[in-house]
Amino acid sequence: MSDVLSPESVAASIARIPYARFLGIEFDVKGDELTLVLPFADHLVGRPNPPFLHGGVIGALLEISAIAQIAASSGAKTTPKPIDVTVSYLRGGKPMETYARAHISRLGRRIANVRAEAWQSSRDNPIALLHGNFMLKRED
Amino acid sequence: MSDQKPAAVAHSGVQIDDPQLAAEFAKLKGVFAPQTSAIGLKVTRIERSKAWSQVDWREDLVGDAETGVIAGGVLTTMLDSTCGAACQAALGKLTPMATLDLRIDYMRPAEPRQVINCMAQCYKVTRSVCFVRGVAYHDDPEDPIATAAATFMLTGEESYGGLEVAVA
Repeated sequence: MSDVLSPESVAASIARIPYARFLGIEFDVKGDELTLVLPFADHLVGRPNPPFLHGGVIGALLEISAIAQIAASSGAKTTPKPIDVTVSYLRGGKPMETYARAHISRLGRRIANVRAEAWQSSRDNPIALLHGNFMLKRED
Repeated sequence: MSDQKPAAVAHSGVQIDDPQLAAEFAKLKGVFAPQTSAIGLKVTRIERSKAWSQVDWREDLVGDAETGVIAGGVLTTMLDSTCGAACQAALGKLTPMATLDLRIDYMRPAEPRQVINCMAQCYKVTRSVCFVRGVAYHDDPEDPIATAAATFMLTGEESYGGLEVAVA
């Protein structure tokens, strides 16, 4: 998992998720680190006055960061499927760019166990954390 | 904070038999939560401590282009919003709140091109926390697509802002 990630394989794994495009998710790869970037958009808001991101959007960003990280790390050509995820919400999501990064705790033959965090202005102050298991579909 | 606008709207399409709840949710008239509108989520029914909602299959909400199965994130938004509405229905009064924790178990893939339904029940309210369970399904809640267990914190703000659900 310390291998350098290929931006092409990350782009391919995210391109298989139309809903990631609906949210407007972009990504950045540096070495073996994949960061998802969610620019703010009005339709992502859950409570308007003052605006906060919908909790579901933050959960979705974390889940997609886990899926993209597993797909890129395992070289899987199919999209990993969530089995269970727990999202803890630490702070309200402000109307600004949001980032997410996932760390694979264990990549097994069938299951990947993943932790992910989402943050905005400072990585030291995450707005939400995810912990979950994902099913890898073997092609053979 | 008199300029605060509520985050959801109650249309006549939503079934609320309880007159007190109907009066309370009617206060939300005219404003949508943008993300719930964006995914086409509609609350269909409110009872004391319970809420039901629906979302239609849409191509841009798909999580796997190969299979056409709707994204887990859409279910996250649906379950989060419906659980929040069930808390409001348990409190009997529009109350600002924030999701603390949301666990989702994905039991089986949703069928492509089928409506997804959701039901949530708030089973415990304390002074500052609501405990909720939710289930997403096609026709039968006993055959779930996903289940959720969530906790919400009552934030005590002077606004309707915490209600993250568009009643339509």
